[in-house]
Amino acid sequence: MPQTLSINGTDVPLPDDPRVSLLDLLRDHLQLAGVKKGCNQGACGACTVLLDGKERILSCMALAVQYEGRKVTSIEGLAANGTLHPLQQAFIDHDGFQCGYCTPGQICSSIGMVEELRRGVPSHVTDDLSAETIAFSREEIQERMSGNLCRCGAYNGIIAAISETHAKAVR
Amino acid sequence: MSIVQKIGQTVMKKAAELAPDAWLPGGKPDPLIEHRPALIGAPESRLDGPQKVRGEARFAAEYALDGMVYAALFYSNVPKGRIASIDTSAAEASPGVVLVMTHRNAPPMKPMPLFMTQPKATGGNDLPIFQDDEIHWNGQPIALVLAQTQEQADYASSLILATYLAEPSVTSLSAAKAKGTTPGLFQGEPLKLEIGDAEAALLAAPHRVDSVYRTPRHNHNAIELHAATVFWSDDELTVHDASQGVAHTAWSIAQVFDLKEEQVHVKSPFVGGGFGGKTLWAHQILAAAASKLAGLPVRLVLSREGVYRVVGGRTTTEQRVALGAQSDGTFDALIHTGFVAMTAHNALPEPFILPARCTYAAGSFKLDVEVATVDMLANTFMRAPGESVGSFALESAVDELAEQIGIDPIELRIRNEPEKDPTTGRPHSSRNLVEAYRSGAEKFGWGERNSAPRSRQEGEWLVGMGCATATYPYHRMPGGAARMTLSKDGRVHVEIAAHEMGMGTSTAQTQVIAARLGLPMDHVTFAYGESSMPGMVLAGGSQQTASIGSTIIAANRALVTELLKLTSHDSPLHGLDPDDVIGRDGGLCKIDEPERFESYATLLGRTETGELTVEASAPPPLEAQHWSMHSFGAMFCEVRVNSVTGEVRISRFLGSFDCGRIINAKTAASQFQGGIIMGIGLALMEETQFDERNGRIMNPSLAEYHVPVHMDVPEIDILWTDIPDPHAPMGARGVGEIGITGTAAAIANAIYNACGKRVRDLPITLDKLID
Ligand code: FES
Ligand code: FES
Repeated sequence: MPQTLSINGTDVPLPDDPRVSLLDLLRDHLQLAGVKKGCNQGACGACTVLLDGKERILSCMALAVQYEGRKVTSIEGLAANGTLHPLQQAFIDHDGFQCGYCTPGQICSSIGMVEELRRGVPSHVTDDLSAETIAFSREEIQERMSGNLCRCGAYNGIIAAISETHAKAVR
Repeated sequence: MSIVQKIGQTVMKKAAELAPDAWLPGGKPDPLIEHRPALIGAPESRLDGPQKVRGEARFAAEYALDGMVYAALFYSNVPKGRIASIDTSAAEASPGVVLVMTHRNAPPMKPMPLFMTQPKATGGNDLPIFQDDEIHWNGQPIALVLAQTQEQADYASSLILATYLAEPSVTSLSAAKAKGTTPGLFQGEPLKLEIGDAEAALLAAPHRVDSVYRTPRHNHNAIELHAATVFWSDDELTVHDASQGVAHTAWSIAQVFDLKEEQVHVKSPFVGGGFGGKTLWAHQILAAAASKLAGLPVRLVLSREGVYRVVGGRTTTEQRVALGAQSDGTFDALIHTGFVAMTAHNALPEPFILPARCTYAAGSFKLDVEVATVDMLANTFMRAPGESVGSFALESAVDELAEQIGIDPIELRIRNEPEKDPTTGRPHSSRNLVEAYRSGAEKFGWGERNSAPRSRQEGEWLVGMGCATATYPYHRMPGGAARMTLSKDGRVHVEIAAHEMGMGTSTAQTQVIAARLGLPMDHVTFAYGESSMPGMVLAGGSQQTASIGSTIIAANRALVTELLKLTSHDSPLHGLDPDDVIGRDGGLCKIDEPERFESYATLLGRTETGELTVEASAPPPLEAQHWSMHSFGAMFCEVRVNSVTGEVRISRFLGSFDCGRIINAKTAASQFQGGIIMGIGLALMEETQFDERNGRIMNPSLAEYHVPVHMDVPEIDILWTDIPDPHAPMGARGVGEIGITGTAAAIANAIYNACGKRVRDLPITLDKLID
């Protein structure tokens, strides 16, 4: 049995070279170039992907071989049967990007971020550290999204897109 | 430039100044200004949005070619001298390695043509690349490894060993100044201007401020790393590049390899942010050279550190601003002088005096940029070169003067509004700064501000407000050209070698073309981003909108001329002049008799093929030499300064702009906000730190060079006057760069109002605010 990990629902073999990062596996080996490289050192968030559908990780800081048997979702795996994920549409509506290079990372990161709120993971700006779930607020999102840099400065649009998508999902 | 060229240019300029309005481009207002179709200004979503949110937009490093190999670079660690030895044997023997290239085996190449020395020159410097053993800056690439995988290339490059014969170098502004300075030259003209005796007027003035302001080096830090994926087929080179100048880059690379311009194909449909940094630097040349030697396609992606080593940023400035004023606030003297660090092989002395040339009336002026030469990586254009850092100094000084006189800083600015351009004497094409201030002040609640510092405290936080003027000129560079094909089904296809780096160009231009031809947007395709297309339209100087706009006017006119030629006596349009008709509802009609209409289907039904293709060029950009054409803005900031830690938080920001007509309300607002956010970085955190002993950049990473993040950015309010500029295509001046201007001063002024500390050295970090 070859050792594999699942990417957007498809099993792929682990790379032979253990130095290959999850990011390079996706971008260079599998041509899933929607996942972006902005620094290759954990400082920009452009390479963010989702693990098991809800945990956000920086794929440049992960070796592919660490993720044997895990489920990885990249930006390419978000749209279901061609229909955009509501957050993808909200990014378009609110102009949550300019060049679009940080965008896949921002979108994957927001999905993981909302899961963290649900799980009650506190942040630097959380008042009640023992709360079961964390209330959604502009400040919480800003704090939690600060690992995703956007040099074009689309921050206002990104926050608006996340807020609207979240409000609709709660309704 | 030869003397003959120089005289030619001077004569041309004088002629443009003196010519009657009607003779000039923009002399007769663009009909789209008066007949404003609904599409102009509409907040259309980006047409490339779906591709970008799906991760389907392909950037330079994302083309996989058969047999492609990966590159890694090795950099010098001395600032000046020679390579004494370079041992590449271990790298060559390392697994997967295909080639190690140094000056010993690189193919012969000419230096890159330096920016602004020729119409399409776009090199960041004109130093030899891998042709000799000389080192010109700390971090210069001196070896390149090609391997089957990126991991193999990176590892092999770590095995290279080099030794150097170091030579004495100058690597700080103070050391460079001590060696003497030379006057800065920008676009062929000295950055020097004296009107009256400003020093004497300053001394005689009842009120005066006179201070020195400093700004550090900056890097663009586009999130997309610079990259080139290249291949040769016979003598033709294709470069998938991240480029703000595809035609310029193709021509410049052709010069390096002694090729014809047509033999180099540069393609760049998506660019992950540019800001002045995505031009031609050594990496594209090295990728092409290595590909040639190895006979294989090559992908070269600079590491983040590599971007800092290979691609220049904004340089250091040291600026004196002195203002002398009467008690009513009118300026007797405006002095803005100082120094910039610059390298020898480079064309950009950061022209920080540009705002002082056009913003205020004054009895006398003394403006001067002096260049001090350092041995470092060449500095280059970065968003609003000159205005970004110059407006910080000038607009801080105006705030200081307002406090001294005891007058509201907005009122002080209004009292010094010029009636015509204060240093050229040219009439303004359209200037509505006062209106921008009034509407901005009202929306922001400027009336609530207490002018005394430290007068508002909320818990630990001192709260203050500041304002400043933003300014950026209208530019339209020569060389705009387009190919336009209209077909019987009412669809038009336009090709221009222009760029989309996130400004929204392709969307906004689709709107403009649709509006001009009277077609729905989905009948328009706008193709751009390839050097084989017509025109040379640099994505720089906030000029793409005007340049493409003016080109489309020319192409549309050529098209309409042809269409009218096709009409016979029975056509309602027969005998009309192109100036008599406009595009509407999928056809042409007479402007003042709209019922005289014929559809494009009918018009093109008279051709054999059912379609018509025209090519046209924009007229030379003489309008900017006849009128004083500038955008302005009023920037408002509220900050909170922590009285214990000195931490600064920007709680509110508003920009009120006068940039002519806005083409797309959604993407323009994003451009303004993006500029302001980079201005927040300029004010509070950005600095390329280098070791003054050896010129090595010490923080070549996004972890240590801080750019604004989500938490640093409040909701930013944007207003605009939307007053069309009668002499600009569509009535629009550019919007890409003005946002970064004025912002840093508005923040510094707000910080002063909050806590009483005047910081004149950027960035304003907390150590400068605690006692
Ligand atoms: S590429 Fe992974 S954080 Fe920047
Ligand atoms: S959209 Fe360009 S970096 Fe975010």
